[in-house]
This record gives sequence, structure tokens and C-alpha cells, in this order.
Amino acid sequence: MQLTLEFGGGLELLFGSKKKHQVDVSPSNGHIELTVEALLVWIRDNLLKERPEMFMKDKSVRPGVLVLINDSDWELCGRLEGVLEDKDTVTFISTLHGG
Amino acid sequence: MGRQMCELCKDRRAALIRPRNRQQLCQQCFFVAFENEIHKTIVDNRLFKPGERVAIAASGGKDSTVLAHVLTELNRRHNYGLDLFLLSIDEGITGYRDDSLETVKRNEIQYGIPLEVLSYKALYGWSMDEIVREIGRKNNCTFCGVFRRQALDRGAAKMKADKMATGHNADDIAETVLLNIIRGDIARLSRCTAIITGEEGALPRCKPFKYSYEKEIVLYPPSMYYLYSCVGTYSPNAYRGYAREFIKDLESIRPRAILDIIKSGESFRYALTTKMPEQGTCEKCGYISSQKWCKACVLLDGLNRGLPRLGIGRTRGKSSSATGIQTDNSSSDKQTSIRNDKRILKPSLDF
Repeated sequence: MQLTLEFGGGLELLFGSKKKHQVDVSPSNGHIELTVEALLVWIRDNLLKERPEMFMKDKSVRPGVLVLINDSDWELCGRLEGVLEDKDTVTFISTLHGG
Repeated sequence: MGRQMCELCKDRRAALIRPRNRQQLCQQCFFVAFENEIHKTIVDNRLFKPGERVAIAASGGKDSTVLAHVLTELNRRHNYGLDLFLLSIDEGITGYRDDSLETVKRNEIQYGIPLEVLSYKALYGWSMDEIVREIGRKNNCTFCGVFRRQALDRGAAKMKADKMATGHNADDIAETVLLNIIRGDIARLSRCTAIITGEEGALPRCKPFKYSYEKEIVLYPPSMYYLYSCVGTYSPNAYRGYAREFIKDLESIRPRAILDIIKSGESFRYALTTKMPEQGTCEKCGYISSQKWCKACVLLDGLNRGLPRLGIGRTRGKSSSATGIQTDNSSSDKQTSIRNDKRILKPSLDF
């Protein structure tokens, strides 16, 4: 599944200072669909370069990180249970620093 | 995904859930609601008077970018009659302001209001990079914060502003309420929820975003589409960060908590026996201060004398720097007495 991932608000520093990533992610074994929860794990294991605690807390993003799916608030899409589709854009913005 | 429709227009797909009331709105309805709330805040609290010259404290971050956008827009739409301009401070941190100063310059063009940039180097003789070389990465936030606060006031006065508007949002204010409680800083606790401060002084400050959630500011278009980057380069361990995280944890469980903390802060009443610092002016620079010297002058004096830790609150261990000064520099009685005052009047001082 082709996804565009965007990181902002300082989060890009955890990803080699690159804000936009084109990635190919498959649902894990035994799953047909890719949920946001599974995507977070994939990002942590495959894309994240440093300090995972700045990105995740327990199974979710760290509080203060906004998540948008195709420019829409992920709270509208079931948060962790939200199911991603091919060509979706997922945006992560940290609000924990600066203003 | 995201098939819910906007609760207001019932025509377009919802783009976000508002933290204050869980309302699901499309982008257009959200922008209108957001702007109308700021307008109501400005009108209800009489933040501005017609003809005032207002400095917008502009860091290039999301809050001030959105503030510049909303204020120019509302000023035009509702004929506030304000003379607005952008005021920026360049701390002199390599790389840190490159992007944000670019953003501020873009704002200048985009919103058609003038921009004034002042550097720490010009104002204090020290850039933040130079300060960090002296003091290391640990306590420099104190310098940066103290210097920035004064820099804005001085810049605004220099530019003949009547008032300054800052981009502090509801999350910032809730965080500050908690910090002041944690630190027992009653004087600041009593002031920090005021939407206008310093009215008795030369330059009042106001916070049009006092009731605006950070989430909404980020999702408001001028900030959203360039994915701002502001990472607090020199503040990895800042104490404030813990309060911030706590606020965000609370928000993720119950978003209303943020507005409720502000409400609690507004509702506190203080016993007459609470000792409050007397506000005077700094003997050195004339800036408002509860001590002989203002915090910036104390810090600057330390820097210039090669004792950069002077004036940093809660010195670790046994205040070795303070005793050191006493023995090896007899002319520093003034400094020592300031430090001693600090212990007596603990609630009124420190950051």
C-alpha cells in the first residue's frame, strides 16, 4: 500500500529531518487491512531514527501530536482503529514545542 | 473514512472535532467559528481601542502566524481601526530563526503590515549562541525567556506601540497556571490568567487566543499548510515541558480540562495576608522589576563578569556560585543581597 507520511512541528527531526516520506506498507501477517495502530508500529520499527518516546506513548502517538488523515482530524476516523487506504496521506504534527 | 458530515452546514464532510465541545465541523464552518470566537473575545474584553498602534509579537511559529492572519483579517472585516505591525526578536541561535524569520518576512508581505526585527546581540551585546557557549545547554532557557520578554517590550516601545498582542493560547495559559501552582508563585498565579496585563505600565499586553485551543490554531490554514518547525533547540529538559506533557495527557482524556484549568485560575481569590512583591523599576535599566535590578540586568551582569550562573534560580547544591562571589569579589554585595532576597520572597521571583 502506497502512503505519504508527513512530519511537522519538530517531529521531522526524528526522521532524518525529512518532512515527507513516500512509503510502501503492507498489513502485517494475518491482516487484510492496515490500521493506524499498525502503521504507528511500522513507522517506529522502520522509519524512526531516534527517540521513539518523542513519537509514541504506549500504543498511540504521544499526547500533543496531532494526526491528520488526508487533512482530516484522525479523531473523525476512529483514531487507532482507523483503516488506511492506498494513496492516503497521514500527517503527524507535534504541538509540544514552540509557538 | 471520515464520512461524517459537518454539524453546522450538513453539506460538507467534517474535517475536525473541536476540543471545546466535540463538535464535528468542516473546514469552512470551523474557520468561521474560530474567527468569530476570537472577535467575540476581543469585543467582550475590550482588548483594543480604535486608533491604537498594536505590535504583534511574531516568532514565525504557528501561534503568531495565525495571530497575524486573524488580527489583520478581523481588523479589516470589523473596522477595529488598528495600526498593526509585526515585531520579531532574533535570539541569535544558528539555524533556529532562519526558517522563522523567513516566515515572518512572508507574513509581512502576505498581510501587508510592516515588520521590525531586533536582535539579542544589538539589545544586550550577547547572542544566544554566545550565551550557550558560556553556560552550556542546561540553563540557557532562563536567559532566552527573560531576554525575549524585555526585548519585545523594548522593541514595541521603540516602535511607539500602544499595546502588544501575543499568541499565547489556551494550552499555554493552562500550563502556566499549573506551573505557578507547582512553584508556589502566587504573584504570577494571580496575573497569568488575565487577558490584558501591564495596563498600569507603558505597554499593556493582550492575548486574543486566551480561549483558543492549540489544536485549532495548528489546524487553521495559515499554520497547517507549511508545517511549521519550531523545536525549542535549547530546551530539551525544560521544566515547563513536564507541565506541557501533563496538559496534553489531560486533553487526550478530557479536552475541556484545558479551559477548566483556566477557569480555576481566573476564579482564585487571594488572602490579604499573601505577600506580594512590590512592583518597582530596575535601577539599572528602568524596566519594571520587583527587585533592585531586573532579572535581565542580573543575568547580563553575570555574563559580563564571567559568572554566567549568577541570577539563575535554584542553583543546584549549595549555591556555590553565590558563596564564591562573596569571597572572591567584594564589590558584589548587591548581587548577594539580591540572591538572599530571593530566598525570603520565594513566591514572587524566579521563572
